[in-house]
Amino acid sequence: MSAGTAGGPEQAHPIRLYLLVWGWLFVLSGCSYLVDYFHLQGSLRWFLILLFMIVKAGLIVAVFMHMAWERLALVYAILVPPAALLVFVAIMTFEASYTLLTRLAFAGLG
Amino acid sequence: MTGFAFRSVAPAETRPSQWRRLSREWSADRQAFGGASWRKAMMWIFLLSDTFVFGCFLLSYMTVRMSTTVPWPNPSEVFALEIGGTKMPLILIAIMTFVLISSSGTMAMAVAFGYRRDRVRTALLMIVTALLGATFVGMQAFEWTKLIHEGVRPWGNPWGADQFGSSFFMITGFHGTHVTIGVILLAVVARKVWRGDFETGRRGFFTSQRGRYENVEILGLYWHFVDLVWVFIFALFYLW
Repeated sequence: MSAGTAGGPEQAHPIRLYLLVWGWLFVLSGCSYLVDYFHLQGSLRWFLILLFMIVKAGLIVAVFMHMAWERLALVYAILVPPAALLVFVAIMTFEASYTLLTRLAFAGLG
Repeated sequence: MTGFAFRSVAPAETRPSQWRRLSREWSADRQAFGGASWRKAMMWIFLLSDTFVFGCFLLSYMTVRMSTTVPWPNPSEVFALEIGGTKMPLILIAIMTFVLISSSGTMAMAVAFGYRRDRVRTALLMIVTALLGATFVGMQAFEWTKLIHEGVRPWGNPWGADQFGSSFFMITGFHGTHVTIGVILLAVVARKVWRGDFETGRRGFFTSQRGRYENVEILGLYWHFVDLVWVFIFALFYLW
């Protein structure tokens, strides 16, 4: 994982690496499908779905998109800003809960 | 952060650490990513902006789903298909996921063969990627047709919260558009690779620039991003 090969045109990763990641993505997708197939519910379902999602996203970004071999300056320029989305998620969670509360309180159920 | 100032007194012959390089590049007051390929850097910046587009779609989906008093339709049943008499939950979406992941795999290999200057294999793998992408769009069109026949509209559906339709069409529609654009670009670049444009230095018809095999990698970045977005849509919209 050396830095500084970003502009280097030759990145001769073995094809085997890509096949390996491909295989893992298949396995992980299969696992997330099985979560639905076996009707897992509650926090276990929630946890497994997010776990498989993050691992798959990480594999795609790190290996397929060569992020693991990019310089740190670019890695942070790309990966840090989306963290703002998490703040946005928190804000909209409050907003949505408030909307639901007012709907239940004033509009009646349904 | 003051730790960095202290460490700078250390002997200069040691190779700068990753963090040192990071702060140096950002505080250089000249240009970031010095020596990097600007084509690749700009594609990354574009993908970052696209991340926010899809992020906002998924956020608005979260917001309407959390705030509705009507139960959300169960995606597991809505997207079920009957195959050979048995009802398979979400089966079409699962197949679409595998198709798109496979296309990402072939694209990654196309990039690797491009850097090995293997013209024929690169072009063929890109064609396979494009075909898999087209298959994905075809299956999505089938899914849309099925749901529209069943009465799903952006303003309502037979099973529950009205917001289901608008979220579904907006998110999968935008993603499908991205896949379609990717398929077109794949066909264009695969033709260039096949013709040997990157060896002969033939200028592009649109930009009049000479291409290199890096173009395959840049297109690959876009294609993998499309796959990446699907990972999130699959988890958050179909499985949640």
